[in-house]
Amino acid sequence: MTYNASNGGALKARMLRTGPDKNQKAAGANDRGIVSQADWRRPRVRWSMRISHGLLLASLFLVGLGPLLWLGKAAVTPTQDTLREPLSLWPNGIDLENLVTAWTRVEIDRYFFNTVALAFGVWLVSIVVATTGGYALSVLRPAYRKVVIGLVMATLFVPAVVLLVPLYLTILNPPLVGTSMINTFWAVWLPAGANAFNVLLVMRFFDSLPREVFEAARMDGAGPFRMFWSVVLPMSKPILGVVSIFAIIGAWKDFLWPLLVLPDPAMQPLSVRLPALQKFIELDVFLAALAISTIIPVVLFLVFQRMFLRGAGLGGAVKG
Amino acid sequence: MSTSSTTTERDPIPSGHEGTDSAHGADAPAGLAPQVPAERGLATASAPRRAWVAWLNAPGRWASSGGLSTLIFLMPLLLSFGLFSWWPIVRSAIMSVQNTNLVDEPTFVGLENFQQVLSDPLLGTAVLNTLYFAALALVLGYPVPLAAAVLMSEVRKAKGLYSALAYLPVVIPPVVSVLLWKFFYDASPTGVFNTVLGWVGIDPQPWLQSADSAMPSLVLYATWAAAGGTIIIYLAAVIGVPTELYDAAEVDGAGIWRKVWHVTMPQLRGILLVTFILQIIGTAQVFLEPYLFTNGGPANSTLTVLLLIYRYAFENSLGGDYGAATALSLMLAGVLAVFSAIYFRITRSWSTS
Repeated sequence: MTYNASNGGALKARMLRTGPDKNQKAAGANDRGIVSQADWRRPRVRWSMRISHGLLLASLFLVGLGPLLWLGKAAVTPTQDTLREPLSLWPNGIDLENLVTAWTRVEIDRYFFNTVALAFGVWLVSIVVATTGGYALSVLRPAYRKVVIGLVMATLFVPAVVLLVPLYLTILNPPLVGTSMINTFWAVWLPAGANAFNVLLVMRFFDSLPREVFEAARMDGAGPFRMFWSVVLPMSKPILGVVSIFAIIGAWKDFLWPLLVLPDPAMQPLSVRLPALQKFIELDVFLAALAISTIIPVVLFLVFQRMFLRGAGLGGAVKG
Repeated sequence: MSTSSTTTERDPIPSGHEGTDSAHGADAPAGLAPQVPAERGLATASAPRRAWVAWLNAPGRWASSGGLSTLIFLMPLLLSFGLFSWWPIVRSAIMSVQNTNLVDEPTFVGLENFQQVLSDPLLGTAVLNTLYFAALALVLGYPVPLAAAVLMSEVRKAKGLYSALAYLPVVIPPVVSVLLWKFFYDASPTGVFNTVLGWVGIDPQPWLQSADSAMPSLVLYATWAAAGGTIIIYLAAVIGVPTELYDAAEVDGAGIWRKVWHVTMPQLRGILLVTFILQIIGTAQVFLEPYLFTNGGPANSTLTVLLLIYRYAFENSLGGDYGAATALSLMLAGVLAVFSAIYFRITRSWSTS
């Protein structure tokens, strides 16, 4: 999480600044693209567009959905079938036992719930740091806010790799806490808060909220805590949704950091455990385990598609 | 659904009026026991200085005017960034000139770590491999998403389906898709990809097994895994091109190809440059693919810089060589800082124009 966001964050924060006005322009313009209405009326153009769009859609199905469908099929296919005829459309025998074996005997359930716990904690820490920090910097506006904002923004331009070793040593021997956080979920949860992209995103959103509402609430005697809880947070659902999606999916995908700080297999998430499991479980069960690991992110994507693609438009694709 | 209108409902970022008055506070008293660690020794504005003075004169007034609750709200941010971002960044600079083994007190060794890294015969291999990866990723990963996005911008029905399908590979956890592709890359004639190649009459390929084809295989996967995100970015940019420009081009008699080449592409120049730089920054730090697919092999043909850093620090049987690892990290960061600076300049000029 901490790793992935670092450099992409710079883009996302910037794109957010430049993106919207361009898009508003598009929304207000007449309904046309590169190909004009007159072009569309020409049969040759119409047909070549149809054919190329058809080809594009077919290849997107093949490339985007194909591997997932294959994984779904392989998860319920006996090993021998998968090895002998990997591309047969229909398995000879369906073997739901793979999924059960993976879940129980290989203890995928444990790693699954570890992943859920890690994602939940990362989400909570990200939200708490981003909302409280964004609120203090945007609404309460202390005199030193520019210094803090500058220091937060500066971290966007430090490549993630620079943090790797010193952050690991910090977790090994943390100040204030005293005992090592290695092999505890805290090692993944706490550093997730230091995500400049989330903080800036929330802060910019709070900046855009109407000041009059804050003034009115203050007049009615709301203190800073009440204002945060009852005025600002309820108005922030859209941005909290985007930050939540980033945090949860980021935690689900993260590999290198949990690999370093959670050496105990009993504590590891799916992403760390799967490569190790490959060596000593049978192929069909392994592919079933891969399928189980994919379900949650794919379901989240299907449900919150709009939010994902909005996030991607901000540059979410960039890997750190 | 259209991606154009969904980016954000409102612009949450007021364009930059920061940093206008940060220059004349460098002499801010550093020893005044600031309650915010971020303040110490850094350039502060004149307004903060007034606040400091007020606070020193009347701590009660500072607290009652909301200073204390502001600080309480800032605490999570200051603690998490302080402990897990700012301090590690400073520490990496310190560690690169130290000999650290976690047992003895660290000793100052000057530039020894840098010399050690620079004399490592594997460094050249790792740098060349990383450059090779970056170059291949550009050749494969640059034109395809662009062409797809231009084509998708003209889709009239079910545009959302196209975007969703394109983005699906990005959603799959990278570890899962790498392990899946590892199976697809099976070098035997019955491997998944080799079966497909067999249908069109191509001989089985060794994929990850040979030093020549291992890196291209990694890049092929990386392109598949990342293209969806790039397509969505380009798509938003293509849709954002002002349509009056096309109207004008048509008046001048431009056909579809000429419109794409002379109107759309020049309008995308900025975003193309940004994705180019970000791809460089991203590929320079490639780790997951070489680590899980090949672990640097065969014959070090996929050993990348980040994999080398990882090995220095975490796969050393004699205990981690943290000094060498941070030294190499800093050198990589230095190179990337150049790209970051270019990138920052470009995007800054956008938001002011």
